Amino acid sequence: MKVSMTVNGKSVSRDVEPRTLLVHFIREDLALTGTNVGCDTSSCGACTVLINGESVKSCTTLAVQADGADVMTIEGMASEDGTLHPIQKAFQENHGLQCGFCTPGMVMASYSLIKENDHLDEKAVREGLEGNLCRCTGYHNIVKSVLAAASEMGA
Amino acid sequence: MYPASFNYLRASSVREAISMIGDNEDAKFIAGGHSLVPLMKLRLATPSTLVDIGRLTDLSYVREDGGQIAIGALTRHRDLEISPVLNAKAPIIAKVAGQVGDPSVRHKGTIGGSIAHGDGASDLPAAALALDAVFVAEGPSGRREIKSTDFHKGFLETALAPNEVLVEIRIPANIKSWSFQKFNRRAQDWAIVGVAAVKNGSTRVALINMGSTPLRAAGTESAIQSGASLKEAASQADLGLDPPGDLNATVEFRRHLAHVLVGRALEELG
Repeated sequence: MKVSMTVNGKSVSRDVEPRTLLVHFIREDLALTGTNVGCDTSSCGACTVLINGESVKSCTTLAVQADGADVMTIEGMASEDGTLHPIQKAFQENHGLQCGFCTPGMVMASYSLIKENDHLDEKAVREGLEGNLCRCTGYHNIVKSVLAAASEMGA
Repeated sequence: MYPASFNYLRASSVREAISMIGDNEDAKFIAGGHSLVPLMKLRLATPSTLVDIGRLTDLSYVREDGGQIAIGALTRHRDLEISPVLNAKAPIIAKVAGQVGDPSVRHKGTIGGSIAHGDGASDLPAAALALDAVFVAEGPSGRREIKSTDFHKGFLETALAPNEVLVEIRIPANIKSWSFQKFNRRAQDWAIVGVAAVKNGSTRVALINMGSTPLRAAGTESAIQSGASLKEAASQADLGLDPPGDLNATVEFRRHLAHVLVGRALEELG
């Protein structure tokens, strides 16, 4: 079945089996391997991407369900010239990553969280990221990074 | 993990969805897919055909209708959580929806999907039971209403025929006295045991994960009716029930949690 969508601002179109998960479409068909597969059971959030601006677990979404959608992955966050998105910059400056495996998902979930909330405090960030697990347990600096990014982005 | 192969059809109306599924009892409707896709990945569900009703956006609404609130089956958990109508008139649904899974799950999952999936461990079906909700199903011969008390038949089994779509959930408006108690170990987990309770004339208490379907705590409800103290009523929460034991909790622990959580819920109802 043919699916077409916009990924990181570019139109893409591929012929896929209906059972293709969005995360495999992104990683294998589009060769965008920044989005990780962690638990593969919609618990850990390593596969988080944006669909029409909202965070979604791409391991639990069929590619056909995202047909026609506007998808953003971690590769789409920095500007063309390599300037990091304020959330990426905040993670870098606040040591918000250790092994880095959860980071793409954390950044995408944080983007959605910041967009949906005018006033974020530590509790709201911890609750808002409850669907993203860090195997290094580096939550303290992740929360710090998100709060720094939120204030930079005016939330 | 890839699900087993299936045919995929996308419906642009409820009518079309019903005709696409036809008499294929092996086919399933899919909305947000956040209950169904995990089962398909584990090959616990292997439908031959999926009929995608996820784009029927005209079934995404929350509106007041007389003394009731009508909720479109395709309304996502996130939209329930922030709905001004629900937050003002039936906050229990907004609060319960806001605790389903995690924010990313709530961007996809729908109230109709959660109820039609029929899992006894889900939060929203129990809240619907406590509210004495009515479910509206549409099939080849039109619409019919199903009482929430008649809806859940067994583990992942409901009163819906394979070719019926759940289209609307109707609940009473002006719910002032309610309580939702959810016990789990990690924020995004299913309830090990949960309680949704509503006092609206009579007191109705529904239990999460105390059996293969969402259940009413009949022992507690009849104890309240016969004038028992809250403590006595709470101690009857698991009367006649057969809760599951699993790696999260033994049967005895679930019974204990039901007593404690129903007690807290009744105190909150006042």
